[in-house]
Amino acid sequence: MYRSLFPRDVFAELDRLQREMQQAFEVSPSIRGFGRGGFPALNVGGAPQSVEIYAFAPGLDPATVDVHLERGVLSLSGERKSTLTAPNEKTIAHINERFAGRFRRVISLPDDIDPNAVTANYRDGVLHISVKRRESAQPRRINIQ
Amino acid sequence: MSEKTVATQETQTPPTEAALLPPVDVVEDSAGITLYADLPGVTKDRLNLRVEADTLTIEGQLNLAMPEGMEASHAEVSLPRYRRVFTLSRELDTEKVSAEFDQGVLMLRIPKTEQAQPRKIAINVA
Repeated sequence: MYRSLFPRDVFAELDRLQREMQQAFEVSPSIRGFGRGGFPALNVGGAPQSVEIYAFAPGLDPATVDVHLERGVLSLSGERKSTLTAPNEKTIAHINERFAGRFRRVISLPDDIDPNAVTANYRDGVLHISVKRRESAQPRRINIQ
Repeated sequence: MSEKTVATQETQTPPTEAALLPPVDVVEDSAGITLYADLPGVTKDRLNLRVEADTLTIEGQLNLAMPEGMEASHAEVSLPRYRRVFTLSRELDTEKVSAEFDQGVLMLRIPKTEQAQPRKIAINVA
């Protein structure tokens, strides 16, 4: 498999740079270091009853992804195979931007989660992990007697 | 093997709305070009592929199920759409583009026209 030795055009490079800048600067960095731009990209949101984690990990076999929750720390790991395998003299990779290889991402969750109420779904290349908050931590209305 | 530029990016398309640039792999072999694009979160009905003249446009809208009252606390995918535009070269047969979309990965196959396929030229010795 040949790789292009020189960039084909300046605009493609600028686009790539723009994409990296976008990923690097748009939101404040996480406490766990320079995770931005890592694979898979993560979105995390909090709802009153749950914490929702979206991992943008397209093209994976969900059976090969490890999701662990230990003491409030959620870790995702697995491997994504390259589509550029099959070494062949007749093929040329012009652009190679997609992630390939082993990955691992770790996020810490809030204290009020219930580690026994976790669900994970993989759909359209997004791994959606939903962690319920503990019953006692959920907002409630207090009646005045 | 021709070493022509096959799929360069076009920048002049006016982006009406900001969109994420999905990462792609582009591989060429003697019969055509295969493009892989990562579009996680896009459902099949929200994926839009267009070939106009020599321009290939890939667009997709994210479609995530979110519970009510969710507030994002950390977002690396911060826009709800993807867009990427490529200019195709002449030897590609845009009539015969085929596409597969599975778990957020788009695979596009663009064959070369019959005339552009490599063939061995016999050398006649006088």
